[in-house]
Amino acid sequence: MIDSIFRILALIRKELLAVLKDPRARFTILVPPMMQCMIFGYAASYDLNDVPYAVLNQDGGPVSYDLLARLDGSGVFRRVADLHREADIATTIDERLALLVIQFPQDFERRIRLGQGANLQVIADGRNSNTAGTATLYVGTVVNAFNSEWLSHNRQSQIGPAIQIDSRAWFNPNLETRWMMIPSLIGTLTMMQTMLLTAMSVAREREQGTFDQLLVTPFRPFEIMAGKAIPSVLIGTVQATSVLLIAQLWFRIPFAGSFATLYAGLGVFLLAAVGIGLFLSSLVSTMQQAMLFSFVAILPFSLLSGLTTPIANMPMILQYFTYINPLRYAIEITQRVYLESASLEMLIPDLWPLAVIATVMLTTASLMFSRRLS
Amino acid sequence: MTQSDSPSYRGPAAKLRRIVSLVRKETRQIVRDPSSIAIGVVLPVVLILLFGYGLSLDVTNVPVMVVLEDPSPTATAVAAGFVMSPYFNAQLTTSMPQARQRMLARDVDGIVRIRSDFSRQLMLGNATVQVLVRGTDANTARIIQGYAQGAMAQWSVRQAAEGQPIAVVPVTVQDRLWFNAANDSRYFLVPGLIVLIMTLIGALLTSLVMAREWERGTLEALFVTPVKAGEILLGKTIPYFVLGMIGLALCVAGAEFLFHVPLRGSILVLTGVSMLYLLAALGIGLLISSLTRNQFVASQITLLATFLPALMLSGFLFDLRSMPVAVRAITYLMPARYFVALLQTLFLAGDVWPVILPNTLVLAGMAAGLLLLTRRITRKKLD
Repeated sequence: MIDSIFRILALIRKELLAVLKDPRARFTILVPPMMQCMIFGYAASYDLNDVPYAVLNQDGGPVSYDLLARLDGSGVFRRVADLHREADIATTIDERLALLVIQFPQDFERRIRLGQGANLQVIADGRNSNTAGTATLYVGTVVNAFNSEWLSHNRQSQIGPAIQIDSRAWFNPNLETRWMMIPSLIGTLTMMQTMLLTAMSVAREREQGTFDQLLVTPFRPFEIMAGKAIPSVLIGTVQATSVLLIAQLWFRIPFAGSFATLYAGLGVFLLAAVGIGLFLSSLVSTMQQAMLFSFVAILPFSLLSGLTTPIANMPMILQYFTYINPLRYAIEITQRVYLESASLEMLIPDLWPLAVIATVMLTTASLMFSRRLS
Repeated sequence: MTQSDSPSYRGPAAKLRRIVSLVRKETRQIVRDPSSIAIGVVLPVVLILLFGYGLSLDVTNVPVMVVLEDPSPTATAVAAGFVMSPYFNAQLTTSMPQARQRMLARDVDGIVRIRSDFSRQLMLGNATVQVLVRGTDANTARIIQGYAQGAMAQWSVRQAAEGQPIAVVPVTVQDRLWFNAANDSRYFLVPGLIVLIMTLIGALLTSLVMAREWERGTLEALFVTPVKAGEILLGKTIPYFVLGMIGLALCVAGAEFLFHVPLRGSILVLTGVSMLYLLAALGIGLLISSLTRNQFVASQITLLATFLPALMLSGFLFDLRSMPVAVRAITYLMPARYFVALLQTLFLAGDVWPVILPNTLVLAGMAAGLLLLTRRITRKKLD
């Protein structure tokens, strides 16, 4: 037993040395995750802060100017053109001069004064329908603020009482995509790296023939597995911590939960990711194959993780696939702990599938290694 | 007699013959190598299916809890308005703690709360319905807020039409989404996918294969043959160019026949600009592999320099105008940015020349520059 632990420790030491002494490997452990974290942090956002728009004001009443002043003062909308003919709308949108054209119809003011309610036409460039939809929702927010004020100042022209919506967002009051994106990267970036690292380290030994040497030493297959898995988990933890630090110190996203819970969840997740890496490595014989297999595996894992598009929007059959995707659980865990301050108990629905994936993957990989031995 | 002594390897006919045999060798390698098949064929197909069927930013049937704390008829009618709304999959309750619990457990995405003082407020002339959304996913949360506003506005319009004394909101936003009236996110995800697939084949696969030749020394072996550097590059580029065009054909066919995304521009222009982007991607791939000469480093750098930017910095998913100035400056260096603008316009808007011409020119310039640079660097290493 003690011997076994010593042997595993020796392997861990050797593994860590092998990774850390290679400047190229050191580079790939730290630089790409940090750079990706920065790129994702600044670029991966569905929020808009610059919406160029054009106006076609066929009404010209004071209400229309009030609304335009509110749009221009919002800091998000930037008026690029005042149109005079309906035909100009097409050119403005087609040539991407503006994302939105806002049109006040002729009887706009009159209908409002009569209490009949008026329509504000918003024409959006739907080439990216999500951006267009978000911009339209921003117009809606400005219009709602106007509506509430109008309703409380112009009681006399109303037919009856007004019912309004008071919206509030939990966990992310200003609805910033970044608050969700960067904590999710803790799992995403770490998974890419640990899987690749594990698969490559076994494949390297295979390619150089040292794996067969390992197999003839007194090491038992289980010990080789542990010696390969633990260093990757350690490196993964360091990477996760570096992303966590960037999230807190650079992007200043407030951490609502407990670090102990987060690391407990990450630990189980890393075992699952390393298990998949080991499993892949038992299938390949060269480093190049290891690299490609990891890459081919990571794409569906990350696309179907809920990172860029919500899982609830996927068709059922793909939602079932996400149940075997460790990244799905990792992202849920990091988001829920980081933003929603979930307790370990609340995370059980995410933790047990991860534990199952880790166990199955590590056992399978271990079996495949020992089969090679015999 | 060595072959190099004979004059038969000079002249355009011999040059062509050498290139053809290089292309043949490379094609065989692609067909036999599982990794090329994985990146060149399996990944594109997986991506087309995933993007076409799997990914969607369209929020439908939002699970919400409607908390009715006021038993008055108006409050009940408002609650019913939310329960009946096609946007929501609403469950009625009277207990806020229960709703909060469901939200924390992620069973629902939002809570509509009608407080106990709702009727009293209504008598005073102005009542509010509280909408609480889980902000973790900001994009979805915003859409849910918009749905709630819409459901409420529609409800009051219906009530007013039935003669109920309910004030109509003065201004309603009536939006029209051009080019994508049904607001289907597939319309921009599927065309945008072309940029990802072209990048995978053009840059990633090419840089891997070329780096492998450097790593194994087989490129040096080629150098001692009469083959010239330019011919080696051509021999490498042509098969991957063809593979990339097959990827394009797959994407366009998938978009048209599987996902029914309209192609409103001309297919000739689409093919032309795709060729330009593919050449630029090939240039980057060859350049990176010549500089690194190592498969692992080449793949990491190619991912960082081409694939991630094609996904994040191209305007494919995220709006470029809203990025900070420094990041926006980087996007101008990425060929993907121009290609995505072209793809979105050609598929959804049509042949809008004021968009097509400038983007095509930049793309052509980048492709030419990158290929020339690659040519120079490869020759230099030969000497």
